[in-house]
Amino acid sequence: MIAPKRVLTDEMVAKIEALAPRYPNRRALTLPALHIVNAELRHVPLEAVVEIARVLGLAPAEVQDTLTFYQFFHQEKPHGKVRAFVCRSVSCALRGGDHLLEHLCHKNGIAPYGTTPDGELTIEPAECLGACDFAPCILANDDLLKNMTPEAAEAELKKPRARAT
Amino acid sequence: MPAFKPVLLEAVGVPDGHTIASYKSRGGYAPLEKMLGEKQPADVVEMVKASGLRGRGGAGFSTGLKWTFLPKDHPGPIYLCVNADESEPGTFNNRILMEDDPHQVIEGIILSSYATRASTAYIYLRYEYPHSWHRLQGAIDEAYAAGYLGKNIQGTNFSLDIYLHRGAAAYICGEETGLIESLEGKRAWPRIKPPFPAIEGLFRKPTVVNNIETMACVAQIARRGVEWFKSIGVPADPNNPRDPGSYGPKLYCLSGHVEKPGCYEAPLGITARQLIDEFGGGVWKGRRAKAVIPGGISMGLMTESELDTPLDFAGPGRVGCLGLGTAAVVVIDDQTSIVDFLHNSCRFFAHESCGQCTPCREGTSWSLRMLERIKAGRGRLKDLDILLELGQTMGMMPGSTICGLADGAAWPIKNAIKKFRGEFEDYIKRTNPSGWMVTDPVPALQIVGAH
Repeated sequence: MIAPKRVLTDEMVAKIEALAPRYPNRRALTLPALHIVNAELRHVPLEAVVEIARVLGLAPAEVQDTLTFYQFFHQEKPHGKVRAFVCRSVSCALRGGDHLLEHLCHKNGIAPYGTTPDGELTIEPAECLGACDFAPCILANDDLLKNMTPEAAEAELKKPRARAT
Repeated sequence: MPAFKPVLLEAVGVPDGHTIASYKSRGGYAPLEKMLGEKQPADVVEMVKASGLRGRGGAGFSTGLKWTFLPKDHPGPIYLCVNADESEPGTFNNRILMEDDPHQVIEGIILSSYATRASTAYIYLRYEYPHSWHRLQGAIDEAYAAGYLGKNIQGTNFSLDIYLHRGAAAYICGEETGLIESLEGKRAWPRIKPPFPAIEGLFRKPTVVNNIETMACVAQIARRGVEWFKSIGVPADPNNPRDPGSYGPKLYCLSGHVEKPGCYEAPLGITARQLIDEFGGGVWKGRRAKAVIPGGISMGLMTESELDTPLDFAGPGRVGCLGLGTAAVVVIDDQTSIVDFLHNSCRFFAHESCGQCTPCREGTSWSLRMLERIKAGRGRLKDLDILLELGQTMGMMPGSTICGLADGAAWPIKNAIKKFRGEFEDYIKRTNPSGWMVTDPVPALQIVGAH
């Protein structure tokens, strides 16, 4: 028998443990742990859920229950190196947010929530990004792209970007 | 432009305004040192109560009164949760405060923790604000280094840690008990109240949940005094003993079809028209407003003729809106279809309903399906009555749900159909000439994405 490959690295576990003194119980580390794993792997596969549960002393179902509540964590496969949230809520919609989303998906040949075949870009519809003063806007990794036109957004999303923190 | 000098936004545009050096040069942290040295926690509670400060997160409940609900002489721990999950469509005032003047927020948190005897404060920050995350963490580190956080602050026996906790893109985490559940590592399903968080909140301990702007107001009340705060805004109605008044400055977020969208500070009670014309440069492209959201999408709609309504805590309710909410004013011009607006609103709430209560989960989902069908030219006049029935039966007010999300989903439906029924009827008759009068049940269309 070959031991199954671990998904969580020692570094990830150390980062999770470093946050433990902040909370009176370990279940509260669930969301921080999911973020730590997701920042590295760009998704949180079921194997990682089981390992997070082991680290936190929880049942895997408890971690999975929390994970599935948030549409944020992909589970099947990693999202693109650039993850672009295109706002479609009211202030952006009034200034062309839906059109922006449609244009970007069309030009990149993917459906909303899809990833380009080269794994570079994921486009997701987002509810209000809280940047209505710059509508329509996009959050690409940690970068807020303001007052986007379809053409400007298309060019912006071709650029390489630092990983989301 | 009204002669009102911004206070909460005084650091906006100031070079390095987010640093502790800049904040202290503007008078920051001196009030904290004075209060810790001279005042008891109960004095700080009394100060905030006397100021008339009402929570800026949306519900408008008296902040000082909320603090007094904590049990007396509790052995602890008591927690302060600062709600920075700002997700109400149209709202971005907390983001501006956290990015441009994080120390104002932190001083408010320290004062509020001292008042409530909390030894740990969690800032629950939405994922979509990475810049706020870095600014806040930098400011927290500066505050520790300066001795405003940590053990025995300023030589007193008061100790406090502030931790940032990051959300994962869910609107419901802004509901105070949803926030608590999420912080505990669970799905953000709101709790049935009572017990209220002040009695049994985070980790089953007494907890106060306050908004970021509320914290900034506490810092300014400590610096400038109760009389200063009460000199701004709309006094309590002497003929209504239940009106606590609308005191203090307020951050209004203006967006949508205006020339100059932005976050503007004004005394509570400015009218929507003043805000749009004097701060926003008017409705864009020289057009007229068709409708205006008074305080985030869940507050409903005002018509053009209702724009002289004062945006204080009582104003929007007088014209049938849910309330002042987050004071996020979104302008919709006269070229926009109200059907499109309502579709957008229903899509938001169908996406963000947490799914715990059936009337909300099903009601938001079916309202979206009906709007999809109406937009696709298959609407019937009867749908408007069904939508109104949905709006009147889901929510805390009719008593069918645990939290207020469904009331917020219902309000745009009720306001839009009651105030713009003619436009809905015209649209339905025009786009479905052979079927608008049908009253038999019809199948829903499959919901389509952007493609």
